[in-house]
Parts: sequence; structure tokens; C-alpha cells
Amino acid sequence: MATTSKVIPQRRRSWFALMRSSPRTAIGAVVLAIIVMAAVFAEGISPYPPNQQNLRSRLQPPSAEHLLGTDHFGRDVLSRIIYGGRVSLQVGFIAVGIALAIGGLMGLLAAFYGRWVDSTVSFFVDVLLALPGFLLALAIVAALGPSLTNVMIAVGIANVPQFARITRSAVLQVIEMDFVTAAHAAGSRDQRIMFRHVVPNSLSPVIVQVTLSLAGAILAAAGLSFLGLGAQPPTAEWGSMLNSARPYIRDAHWAVTFPGLAIVVTVLALNMVGDGLRDALDPRRRD
Amino acid sequence: MLLIPILFGVTVIVFGIMVLTPGDPAILMLGENAPQEDLAALRERLGLNEPVYVQYGIWLARIVQLDFGRSIRSGRPVTDEITARLPATVELALLATLLAIAVGVPLGVISATRPNSAVDHTATVVAFTGLAMPVFWQGLIMILLFALVLGWFPPSGRLGGWEYYVLPTITLGTSAIAAITRMTRATMLETLSQDYVRTARSKGVRERSITYRHALRNAMIPIVTVIGLQFGALLSGAVITETIFSWPGIGRLAIDAIRSKDFPVVQGVVMVFALMYAFVNLVTDVLYAYLDPRLKTRYS
Repeated sequence: MATTSKVIPQRRRSWFALMRSSPRTAIGAVVLAIIVMAAVFAEGISPYPPNQQNLRSRLQPPSAEHLLGTDHFGRDVLSRIIYGGRVSLQVGFIAVGIALAIGGLMGLLAAFYGRWVDSTVSFFVDVLLALPGFLLALAIVAALGPSLTNVMIAVGIANVPQFARITRSAVLQVIEMDFVTAAHAAGSRDQRIMFRHVVPNSLSPVIVQVTLSLAGAILAAAGLSFLGLGAQPPTAEWGSMLNSARPYIRDAHWAVTFPGLAIVVTVLALNMVGDGLRDALDPRRRD
Repeated sequence: MLLIPILFGVTVIVFGIMVLTPGDPAILMLGENAPQEDLAALRERLGLNEPVYVQYGIWLARIVQLDFGRSIRSGRPVTDEITARLPATVELALLATLLAIAVGVPLGVISATRPNSAVDHTATVVAFTGLAMPVFWQGLIMILLFALVLGWFPPSGRLGGWEYYVLPTITLGTSAIAAITRMTRATMLETLSQDYVRTARSKGVRERSITYRHALRNAMIPIVTVIGLQFGALLSGAVITETIFSWPGIGRLAIDAIRSKDFPVVQGVVMVFALMYAFVNLVTDVLYAYLDPRLKTRYS
């Protein structure tokens, strides 16, 4: 009896199709684009330099001159939020980059070589996961000392286990495929198989994790700065802005309200885009 | 059982982080102007002249007996400092967990049983916003609104009355409410489309019974998993919440210790947090067997 094999074409959804099918993702992407543009062109669009003090107009409420008011040094809150976005995004990207580089490589090696490499990496990941991420970052910053660079390192290391796990499971699926077996049979070197064949085909879940981890990294970095362990004065950073405005909350709530809203909107946008991407790349997870 | 090796690994990490710390613990304890002989004697007493692996061995032997050394700042045993403040943190974390379960699970169930209704959309917005809201900002806004403007609750402290618990508990529990709501909704939607639910419906079982006795019971494993994971987030959040509300727990103790470079206290608190997290994960695993008897049969 002749058998007919039905080939189901894999339809890769374009970015535009994803935006059209999910308004939530589209809104998140547009908001994120605005935040990134504002951070990139901060010099051009911010009304004042971020550290320009004017003690005669300190703790001024929002007005035409200062759209989001001024802080206790008379600095323009809107300008500091715009510049703070640049710092927060930079911290988020670098921290996630560190996590991706270390965790991704660990996951790749663990899945590709298996055996003792896999057991060692998995044990190390389990150990790191035994400490809540923010506490691990806190302990690392406590040891290295308060600074923005150390926050990036700490938040990056705290995110390593997630990337190791995601990459490991993605690579485990890919290395079972025929083209990888064919590459082995053709005598390709391990390095070539990993980086030419396996990595490009394991990227989807990793990209989703990057988006979601960016949100977490921005939150964690702002939290550490809020505790005085990250960005140091007078650097405009959302968490440190909240910390320095805290004593004046009764008289100048705008200096606390708006930087916090900036964090909420950014994280919300990143989560919306991350969720949309996850739904698009893995329809089983769509609710 | 993997728990012991993992906790052993945690001790290596916590000790390793502190070994990498720049600065001499003896100078931190006695001050920069202390006589050289005193510094040398203290280094000898603390075992700082020994190789790192010997120092780790001495430290590990002490911490298995719950001896974390003495606080550099107060000179008191770290265990005493932690024991005095641990109840406040446990209290806050438990209350926040209970609040998150009490709000998150019903909200997720209602949301799943009425998809695309007003309740469902509201729950989605609550969940998305709750996950995006930094605990430090939420805490400050709650203090501003409910303590400074409306005067309903005290802005800080823990002096005994129930009113002191309201703002810190809500602040700490919000992100867990969001996570539990989302997980409950997603899992319930999946469970409600299963064949046994359809069978129960066709037999005329009441909708309420289907939702709570058939579907929710079978959806509990992922929900319990997320509750366990959220406990880790709650411990992290407790550090910030306690700082904002001047709550006398071990989170605030850790921040004060970091600021004054009191590393034995930092080590002690991080180890206690890791133990608490490990304990909750263990309880979660035990609950799996209770919730799904098939697991018990498979491993017995």
C-alpha cells in the first residue's frame, strides 16, 4: 500500500504579521521604540542638561517650564528621566549580554557534549538557582563594592542560570535533528557544527529569554541603585533618582512618581514584546 | 537527594564571593589605625593566614553548627542578630504569600472560566502591571497615598498593631499576585478543555463543582510550582520592602551590613535566605505527591 506523506510547511510569522495579530505586542513594541529613541537622542530632546542645578527652583511642581517638575537640587525631572533611560537600557543590555555569553556557552557545551560536562553544568546551574537572583546579585555587589559596572556584572551573573537552562534545552532538541547527524557524518569539526548549524537553529527561545530578562535586569539594576549600591550621584538613573527623592516625597511627589512610572512603562513594554514573541515562536504556550 | 550537595555548592559560592572582596577583614574590624601586632593577632585568630581552602573548611565546620562568626559592627554573634530579626521577615513573607494565594488563585480561576470578559481583561491588566511594578516604587507610592495623604496606615515600623502589616504585605505580595493569577489562568484554561471536564459536564455535574473539584485540583501542580518560585522573589522583595518600611527583619539587616561592610552578617543572611528557599522548594516537592497521587505511586 502506498503511503502518502503529508508535509506541513513551517510558516515563519513575519514581524509585521505578529504585530497585526497581537495588538498588545504592537503597543509594547511602539512604546519600546519610543523609549530607545529617546535614550539614543537624549541630547537633542531633553530640555535641560541632566545635572544642571538651579537651587532657586528646587522642588517645583510640573509646569510649562519643567514639564515633570524639579528635584531637590532644582534639576529637571524630565531631562533626568530621559538620560536615566539611557543608563537603565545600557545596564540592562550589558547585564543580559554577560548572562547570554556565559549562560549560553554553558548550555551549549552541556547539551552538545553531554555526560560529565552536562552533569557539571547542570549542578552549577542548580546551585546558582538555589539563591534567589536578586539576592545573588546583592551579595556580589556587596563584595565588589557599589558601582554601576559592578551592578551590570552582578545582575549578569544572577541571570546566567536562566540562559544556561534555556540554551541547553533548545540545543538538546536541535542536536537530535538529521542535519546535525549529517554534519557529523561529513566530518565537520565540533566547533563548526556548534556555531554554523546548532546555534542558529536554537536561537528562538533564547531571543524570547533575552527580551524577558532585559525587563528583569532593568528592575534588578534599578533596585540595587535604589538601595545605594548601583549608580552613584549625580548620575541620572531611575533607581537612584527614586532613592534621592525619597526624603522629599511629601513635598515633591513628582520626583518619585515619574521616574517610577518610567520603569513601569519600560518593563511593561518589554514584557508585552517578550510575551508576543514567545507566543509567536512557541504557539503551545499561547493562552 | 540533591538538596545537600546543592546547599554545599551554595556555601562555596557565598564563601567565594566574600573571599573576592577587596580589603582586609582585620582592618575592617579593628580600624585602619590599629597597631600592626593587634592586626596580626586577629588575622591569626580568624585563620586569615591559612590557605583559602583551609579557611573554607574552618568556615564550613562553623556554619554547619549555625555559627556564622561575630558581627564586625556590633561584635555580637551573627546567629543572635539573625535570630532576633528572622521572625519579622518570616511573618512578612508568609503574610504576603497568603495574600498572593488568596487573591491570585481566585482571580485566575474567574478569569479562565470567563475568558474575554471584563473580569478577564481586568485580571490581565492587573497581572501585567503587577509584574512590571518595581517593589521599591510601589512601596513609596503606597506610603504617599495611604500613610501621608489619607493617613489610614502608619508609614513605617512594626510596633505590634495589624495596621503596621497592611502596606508592607500588599507591597511585597503584589508581584506574586500577578504571577499566580497568570499561571492559574493559563493552567485552568488548559485543564478546562480536557476530556474529563467535558465528560463531567455531559454527566450534568454542576459548573462550580467542575471548576473547583475537577479542574482546579488538576491545575494545582503548576500553580504550586509558581508559588514556590515566587517565594524566592518574595525573599528578594523583602530586602527592599523592609528597607522602605523600616521593618526590622533580616533583609534590612543585610542592607545595613552591606553598607557598613559587615561581611559575616552578609554571609549569614544570604545563607539563611538560601536555606529558607531550599526548605520551601522541598515543601513544594512534597506537595506534588499530595496533589498528584500518580507521582507518589511512581516513586514509591
